[in-house]
Amino acid sequence: MSPLLVLILLPVLGALFCFFAPKSARHTALWAATLNTILSVSLLLFFKPAEESGYGYLFFLPVLEKYGINFFLGADGFSLVMLLLSAVVTLAAVWSSKAPDKMPGLYYGGVLLISAGVLGAFASVDIFFFYLFHELALIPTFLLIGIWGTGDRQRIAWKITIYLAFGSFLLLLGLIGLYLAMPAEVRTFDMRVVRLLAEQGMLQPHLAVYFLLLLGFGILVSLFPFHTWAPAAYASAPAPVAMLHAGVLKKFGLYGLFRLVLPVFPAEVQAYAPLLLALIVGNILYIGYVTMAQKRLDLMAGYSSVMHMGYIFLGFAAGVLSQMGSSGAVLLMLGHGLSVAALFALIGQLRERTGTMEFSELGGLGRVLPKAGLLFGLATMASLGLPGFANFAGEVMVFFGAVAAGGHILGNPFQLTTLAAVWGVVISAVYGLRAYRAVFFGEMPDRWKSLEELPLGTRLSVLLLLLCSLAAGFYPQMIIQLITPAVLVP
Amino acid sequence: MNPILLETIIVCAGFVLLLAEALLPKIPKQVFGYLALAVVLAVFLLCFGADASKMNPDAPYAQYYIADTVALFFKKFLLLATACVLIFSLEFAPTLQRFLPSERPGGGIGEMYSLILFACAGMMWMVSANNFMMIFVSVELVTISFYIMVAYMRRSRASLEAGIKLLILGGISTGMNVFGIAWMLGALGTTNLSQIAALTPTLDPKLYPAILFSLCFILMAIGFKISAFPFQFWVPDVYQGAPTPITAFLAVASKASAFIVLMRILEPFLRSPALAERLIPAIAVIAALTLLMGNLAAIPQTNFKRLLAYSGISHAGYLLMGIASIASGNAGNAIAYYLVAYLIMTMLAFGVLVVVSNTVGSENLSDFNGLASRSPFLAAALTIGCLSLAGIPFTAGFIGKFFIFQSAVAAGQIPLVIVGVLAVACGYYYYLKVVRAMYWLPVPQTSEGAALPAISVSRPLAALLAVLVVMTLIFGVYPAPIFALLP
Repeated sequence: MSPLLVLILLPVLGALFCFFAPKSARHTALWAATLNTILSVSLLLFFKPAEESGYGYLFFLPVLEKYGINFFLGADGFSLVMLLLSAVVTLAAVWSSKAPDKMPGLYYGGVLLISAGVLGAFASVDIFFFYLFHELALIPTFLLIGIWGTGDRQRIAWKITIYLAFGSFLLLLGLIGLYLAMPAEVRTFDMRVVRLLAEQGMLQPHLAVYFLLLLGFGILVSLFPFHTWAPAAYASAPAPVAMLHAGVLKKFGLYGLFRLVLPVFPAEVQAYAPLLLALIVGNILYIGYVTMAQKRLDLMAGYSSVMHMGYIFLGFAAGVLSQMGSSGAVLLMLGHGLSVAALFALIGQLRERTGTMEFSELGGLGRVLPKAGLLFGLATMASLGLPGFANFAGEVMVFFGAVAAGGHILGNPFQLTTLAAVWGVVISAVYGLRAYRAVFFGEMPDRWKSLEELPLGTRLSVLLLLLCSLAAGFYPQMIIQLITPAVLVP
Repeated sequence: MNPILLETIIVCAGFVLLLAEALLPKIPKQVFGYLALAVVLAVFLLCFGADASKMNPDAPYAQYYIADTVALFFKKFLLLATACVLIFSLEFAPTLQRFLPSERPGGGIGEMYSLILFACAGMMWMVSANNFMMIFVSVELVTISFYIMVAYMRRSRASLEAGIKLLILGGISTGMNVFGIAWMLGALGTTNLSQIAALTPTLDPKLYPAILFSLCFILMAIGFKISAFPFQFWVPDVYQGAPTPITAFLAVASKASAFIVLMRILEPFLRSPALAERLIPAIAVIAALTLLMGNLAAIPQTNFKRLLAYSGISHAGYLLMGIASIASGNAGNAIAYYLVAYLIMTMLAFGVLVVVSNTVGSENLSDFNGLASRSPFLAAALTIGCLSLAGIPFTAGFIGKFFIFQSAVAAGQIPLVIVGVLAVACGYYYYLKVVRAMYWLPVPQTSEGAALPAISVSRPLAALLAVLVVMTLIFGVYPAPIFALLP
């Protein structure tokens, strides 16, 4: 039995167990998530590539060999980092949340299914199952937001579900196009073969395939202007869903871009870089200013998570020319996943206590919730890229990489975008610190006097996320050497 | 064994049940249902032993009847569909009884099971038909059985209305079919499809107008059966009025066998490039319009049966998309797989509908509100069914759509693919509406303000639904067993 299969089956079985034994759902989920975290850490520690492609832990089950579709699991350094991120965020999501009154089995079962989906996607070598696993999150998200969300939850659940399902279908068409572009006798969904064929110049898909993939993955990552589903959904979703969605699920699209689009379409990425850069500026500056204008904490966090995708996209756009940019982007994926999950865990707890997210009604909470205040401060700092956290290391690498990709011509698009991105850091500092001040400092309305401090589980899980980010931030080389072979462009 | 025995057994069993029902009034009617079910399942097993080489190639029937891999595959398919319908009918008997004028309990129900068997035999002949004569006769056997079954609930005005609608439009379609076949005979001098296939490569181009004219009428006739645009108008009303098990039968078995007939008819003509380049665009246009019509009209539906009717039209659109992409080589298998997925998921939806409408007495979407707390099992089963109908991954429906779209892209039917994508997006909306009703919305209250009680499912139907759920999920990740049965 392959360890990766165990990693996927644990949450699936946990979810089934939750459905049939709803009373102990939280315990089941906690057990499954803890075991998965231990497993994914040990997979990373004992990783040794089994073959030249850099993959290890291979596991193969034929499904339709005639069509090149197989259940094929495997992991290299890049996937292992993403698997670790998924496992840790799942653990934090389950640990930090409180069981709801109605249908707790569906609640935790859904969370575990989302987790199983992302784990499966990151552990797949076969593109078909990579896609399939990602979609596992669709319906649990629909149900969880629709039943336990806040605000205008039903409209928001519709929007995210239809938007993402539509985006995924475009992605599927792109993947079919990629598949059909291969020479008929070697057609396969094996990622390693796709990369190999691309390196040998035997895979030259139509330009439309590039745009379909960019659009499909872009919608899933909330690339400007296809971001409108994201902020409201994160704001409305119950905390574990927001944590998993913003922290991990969104990284699926980026993972796909680095894994499939960069090796197959290096020339197209370069040729159409100005278009992509324009969208990135939209992501960073436009969404940045929109974030600044938010009057609610949850919406602000949602928008800021959309904004930070711009940096990762910048690393992607520069990835063909600068390996530093793509490695930095992957590091930033990790850092962003950890910090945004920590933020949403705390926001969920605050919302549960105060029942409001308006900055104007909050204030001075640091006096009654000092521990929450400390953790929230750290999480905000992490997300706006304070040196020491993984986000900083990633952002700096992306900036250096992007400037290097522009070459020596003054005022080239890469340089200008990098300037905008650096200004974006200032913007995030403004809205991040403003939010921190508005919620935890200043005058405290009397009605918040008797708020309860965070439970131990939430504090520890947020701490775990922040510690992971600090470890990667202080010693980024550890992550970089794992991911670099995977994101090298042939 | 000789494959022609399969249909013979079914027809004989139908006659025996009919006579027994009339002559032995004391036997409870459900016994006949179980007997019919046993016969169908026994013939299903016999299908695996059927051997086409046992057929005498010089016998007269060899002109009309073939038993190739596709035919045998779809005979199994139709028998399973019939078995599902029989189980639904047994469950549906109390509702049926309410709408039947009868002096003694159970009166008038027994004939239903024989009619289902006759229709089943007709459809099994349809998938084996190799001659326009045979196609006509078997289609008529099926259609006439359906006239009776659709209008079976004599005290329900909706059922009678549905029967009349089906009768009139079915009559028109029959007329078109005969007219088209007559032209075909006049143009080619034969009605045998194998002989036509031998003729088409060296066809005189002067004959093209006559052949296309004839095909036009035959396609219209088949269009009624598969509910392709613009011949889909009868579908929602008939589906809504007919007894629910018969609706399921009509939606799955009748449509699938008509698709096989369509593919058999088109196959020889598509071999001629000159004819193919005229026929394929026409089919592509019909496919696109069917997709748009079915999906857009499904969005505002509030009656679950009508929703399923429009959803059936939209699935016909996807299947036609497969036929329009037949040039890509594996489209035939893609269509067959899609039909299997369609069988499983549609039966799942109708099975849940039978239980809910038996309990509630109506078929509105609002009757499904809060089903998750009234019966978690039914809600989960219908959720899986709807997700599969919508084409969400990890269900059989997704794999079906995947192969259809793959063939369409490979065949270069790009405009059709774009329409298909829009159709899929609409589908997400209206299928998830059902899921929303079951999980998001509260249980409706009785007039006293109490929540409605839990819904219980009978053992056989629960077992059937569980099997269908498991099949949906298994074929959603492991389609190989189906492909192994196909050429």
